[in-house]
Amino acid sequence: MEETKILAIESSCDETAAAVVVNGRDVRSNVISSQIDIHTLYGGVVPEIASRKHIERINQVVQQALDDADLTLDEIDAVAVTYGPGLVGALLVGVAEAKAIAWARNLPFLGVHHIEGHISANYIENPDLEPPFGCLVVSGGHTHLVRVRNYGEYEILGKTADDAAGEAFDKVARAIGLGYPGGPKIDQAARKGNPLAIAFPHGKVRGSEYDFSFSGLKSAVLNYLNERQMKGEVICVEDVAASFQKSVVDVLVDHSVHAIHEFGFRKFAIAGGVASNTALRNAMEEACRRRNVRFYRPSPVLCTDNAAMIGAAAYYEYQKGVRSDWSLNAVPNLKLGER
Amino acid sequence: MKILAIDTSGMPASVAVCTEETLLAEYTVHLKRTHSQTLMPMMEEIRRTLELDLNTVDAIAVAGGPGSFTGLRIGSAAAKGIGLALDKPLVHVPTLEAMAYNFYGTESLVAPMMDARRNQVFAGIYTYKRMGMPPAQMESAQMEPAQMDPSQESLAQGHAALASPAYVDPLTILSDQEPLEIGDLCSRLNTLSLETGKQVILSGDGAQAYRAVIEGCLKVPHFYAPAHLALQKAGAVAARALDLARMGKLESAAQHRPDYLRVSQAERVRAQKEQGTHAG
Repeated sequence: MEETKILAIESSCDETAAAVVVNGRDVRSNVISSQIDIHTLYGGVVPEIASRKHIERINQVVQQALDDADLTLDEIDAVAVTYGPGLVGALLVGVAEAKAIAWARNLPFLGVHHIEGHISANYIENPDLEPPFGCLVVSGGHTHLVRVRNYGEYEILGKTADDAAGEAFDKVARAIGLGYPGGPKIDQAARKGNPLAIAFPHGKVRGSEYDFSFSGLKSAVLNYLNERQMKGEVICVEDVAASFQKSVVDVLVDHSVHAIHEFGFRKFAIAGGVASNTALRNAMEEACRRRNVRFYRPSPVLCTDNAAMIGAAAYYEYQKGVRSDWSLNAVPNLKLGER
Repeated sequence: MKILAIDTSGMPASVAVCTEETLLAEYTVHLKRTHSQTLMPMMEEIRRTLELDLNTVDAIAVAGGPGSFTGLRIGSAAAKGIGLALDKPLVHVPTLEAMAYNFYGTESLVAPMMDARRNQVFAGIYTYKRMGMPPAQMESAQMEPAQMDPSQESLAQGHAALASPAYVDPLTILSDQEPLEIGDLCSRLNTLSLETGKQVILSGDGAQAYRAVIEGCLKVPHFYAPAHLALQKAGAVAARALDLARMGKLESAAQHRPDYLRVSQAERVRAQKEQGTHAG
């Protein structure tokens, strides 16, 4: 089989990443330079600082990806990059760098959708996974329930009406003093807590069975904390974390199961940073197992923002003949399935 | 020596290919569209027209700041990507020195300035050494002998053909580029002009934006640069880069980063808070 080697770059948020992926599934290198230590000082990602760090690290990260794959640019067949959605200043660094490399080397160039990348992360470790399937994408910036009809063909069944799931984790973690990043910290604390201790609401969006809403839940947690504090009562951080997490996971699983029934998915995948949450992984796996649906989830390193997933998504676009112009811009609010 | 030069620090997007003898191509546009959309198509147009073999380029020059943070990064990332792809060194050209090269050789004071908002400009003040002097006098008039940053030494050795350490910088930097209140810049120009008897050439979008203020406080002979010399041009970036390269001021594509001359707002607020905590 002929090999297509794609150099992929991802810089949509606070990870500077590059990877070499062969034929969409064979990851030869996957370099991620995280800025999390810097942003932790500010309690969240600061866009201007993220952009500055990207430009300081990008060449080293790209070179490392080539070195780890034991390849030179002479052997690369195409260059792919995340061009949205994400932080515009951060995206622009990757887009300008990827374009310049492709241009100087006369290589085909492709812009890739970040969420399409997250979904495609599932292809990397699962050679048997092919569309159609259902996918729940949950991260700090996104909450999407997606019907993957074919490679590159998506139907968004539902998305968040307000906060992304990961955003709710961050905000609640800050409120109960766990700090940033909220996802892993709540996951950790929740293991020692009682998920049934507090009955937090399950967010619904009126008239839409697949959309999500997490801002009501977030407010309910903040109100609960306020009330307890006013009464001078001690707050059990572990119970709050576990009960909040259960509320989020219940809604995510509930909507996913609904979609499994309606569309008859035989395969279901999760993706994005929140897909490494232990409670979500366990609950989705159990829900799928009981319905005899094959469940897929990427390893944690492929759940976080990375470029291997961009290389995976790019391969199927490349096969279809998709190419981007030198005028490709970063699109911070790019919709899935748009080009 | 052939230089590919990029300037996306301000409103204009500009690309040039230039040797010591010939400006082979220069393409400058001034529009609202983002540099992300215009820069690479402009480069491709130049490559196509010149039938340029990129392997014949010796170094990539980029206006490294000050400028719009995002604009600087688009130019820098492009230069870094090309440098990585072709294994060529970069020349980081201070934006305002390149703008001063639009008036190469003048004995006037040159004050290019970029609008930094809130009555501030990024500005520098420059003039040129007497160029017509016999070589002996030129040597004694040498104000700043070319110095090499030790960290760049090995790189420059790798590109030894590009550097000649005895080269005298024709540019005299009277006030290095920095953020300034427009009034403070005018005071400096008043003093320098009275001391030297030289007139002042004002350029850059800052001179346009604060013309009324300048007219109120600049008391010495001055004029505003005409449109074709007033703003960033990649040809001038290339010309300054040729001189900087002769002085050994090259860097690797990986090393290069823009020089914003300003910390981010989040860092500034955080520093203020910390100061407040320490004071309190």
